[in-house]
Amino acid sequence: MELLLAIGIGVVAAAGIYLILRPRTFQVIIGLSLLTYAVNLFIVSTGRLKLGVAPLVGEAPVTDVAAYADPVPQALVLTSIVISFSMTALFLVLLLAARGFTGTDHVDGEEGER
Amino acid sequence: MNGLAQHVIILPVLLPLIAGAAMLLLDERRRTIKTRISIGASLAIAASAVWLLAQVEDPLTPQAFVYHLADWTAPFGIVLVADRLSALMVLVTALLGAAGLTYSLSRWALLGPRFHSLYLFLLMGLCGAFLTGDLFNLYVFFEVLLASSYGLLLHASGKRRVKAGLHYVAVNLVASLFILIGVAFVYALTGTLNMADLAVRLGDLPVEQVPLLKAGAAVMGVAFLAKAGAWPLNFWLPTTYSAAAAPVAAIFAIMTKVGVYVLLRLATLMTATEGSFELFGASWLLYGGIATIVFGASGVLSTRHLPRIAGYVTIVSSGTVLAVIGSGSEAVISAALYYLVGSTLGLGALFLLADQVTRGERLEAAAQDVGPVFSDDYETSLRNEFEGIELAEELPAGTALIAGTYLLVTVLLVGLPPISGFIAKFGILSGLLDAWIDTGPTPMAGTQTAAWFLVGLIIVSGLTTLLALIRTGIDVFWVRHEQASTMALRPSEAAAVLMLVLLAVGLSVFAGPAIGYTDATSAYLADPDVYIRAVLGGVELNPGDVAGLKELP
Repeated sequence: MELLLAIGIGVVAAAGIYLILRPRTFQVIIGLSLLTYAVNLFIVSTGRLKLGVAPLVGEAPVTDVAAYADPVPQALVLTSIVISFSMTALFLVLLLAARGFTGTDHVDGEEGER
Repeated sequence: MNGLAQHVIILPVLLPLIAGAAMLLLDERRRTIKTRISIGASLAIAASAVWLLAQVEDPLTPQAFVYHLADWTAPFGIVLVADRLSALMVLVTALLGAAGLTYSLSRWALLGPRFHSLYLFLLMGLCGAFLTGDLFNLYVFFEVLLASSYGLLLHASGKRRVKAGLHYVAVNLVASLFILIGVAFVYALTGTLNMADLAVRLGDLPVEQVPLLKAGAAVMGVAFLAKAGAWPLNFWLPTTYSAAAAPVAAIFAIMTKVGVYVLLRLATLMTATEGSFELFGASWLLYGGIATIVFGASGVLSTRHLPRIAGYVTIVSSGTVLAVIGSGSEAVISAALYYLVGSTLGLGALFLLADQVTRGERLEAAAQDVGPVFSDDYETSLRNEFEGIELAEELPAGTALIAGTYLLVTVLLVGLPPISGFIAKFGILSGLLDAWIDTGPTPMAGTQTAAWFLVGLIIVSGLTTLLALIRTGIDVFWVRHEQASTMALRPSEAAAVLMLVLLAVGLSVFAGPAIGYTDATSAYLADPDVYIRAVLGGVELNPGDVAGLKELP
């Protein structure tokens, strides 16, 4: 599962970086979203991959720490999802404003030489 | 510090948050009360920063005060740390913010909705980033300050701002993701996000994990260097800063310093304990800083547009501090901190003055601009940024004041005597030469040639800045223009510029105490045990858990 996740994060991140470097604003925003997903997955994976275990310790005494999932990355990723989601929304507004002002969807506001 | 007094540490974060949020509820037309609230809040931040400064300076009290949010103990909860460095940075932020807000009263604040709230949220993000002792919390405060800076950059709208904003937002979103990647690396390897705890735990990191941690720290470092405006991550900076509204550009002057601050803070902490993790990348800071100075110093000559020149001078100032931190000796860091304060205030004033002297040309450019894309429900007496600027035949007093302060700011930024810029640069140069003469304590022998190069470069960058600023000054103040002067300095604008300039002059008059403070700060930074002990003092850990803690009492 680790290998699968690592490859998955790598592919998504690579696609995101490729798109960020493209000249159209829409490509950039999709690229940013993809890169955000990759980073969020990476943050989740820093708590080690565990399936079906609780992140919270109950009343019972803890015998084996490995039987619990790490709650911190889960809290972190929640924060980062919210932040990057709102930033993407803001970028979208900016993208539309730039389109309105310049009449083109090129990131420089003018068509480059072909 | 106990009882109610300890809560002063969180005031620089809470005050702007509450004031900014409350102002969202007020109608846009109630400008007087908004003005009072926002300037009052920024002055209150300044007051609490002064109080914190007095506390850390007091020899009877510890040098670092820790505020445990919600009273969670240190490595588990988030802490705010007010020490010499962060109190100083918060004070500079608050003063710059107060000046920017004062400047904006006469016209800029009227040009778009929710200016005061955004401005205060930016101050909140800056103060939070300076005060926090937690890596992830640092990221969150960075996002707070960036989100409001995006809004402020687009303030008053216009094609130029939107085009610059597109680049600025894209670059900073990617840089923020880099911070996240770095933070995730650090957490995965050490299991902590608290900076002091991190410093301790790095001591017993297994050797085979060190390269991975270095990779994470490097990714994080790249992000902070991008924020600091280091070459080659700074091509967005001059365009963005020159496009922003003047009071916004003035507060942006300290945003590059946030990156520098974080690098300095993490560099001193992450190398605190003896262990497998050693200082790395200092030479990168030195060489990167040198490249940044070269870029900025040649950039100032490439343009005659004063806001762009100010953007390049920002890069020079940032590069100088980075390179000096990279060169590493204690005395130089003290001078660099003194330089950082003076040049940030000077840059703020320069951005404000640039607004005055470039009004005429922007007036012409605006004639071709299309109207705003978004209409909002606010009503204002001003429809665009130039309405009501009368073309005056001559304005002796106002123009003389602008020219006089322009001269002072030039002298300050270039580093000519007698203003603080000279003292700072002299301190940096003599510190670098001393370190070379002593030969013993220089941390990196291989970088000595680079340090020599840096000495020359600091002088040359002063020369090119002088050339650019004098050339523009002659253009603006001495050459007779066809068009009548558009410099109409209003009382609030004059007050803001004068405040910044007088602060810089005060920094030179009281250079003795100021340098005493920065000396103590650099000595404090060289000994991060004080910081670590202050943060982790209340925690009992098994000595076997954390090797580095054994040395603590």
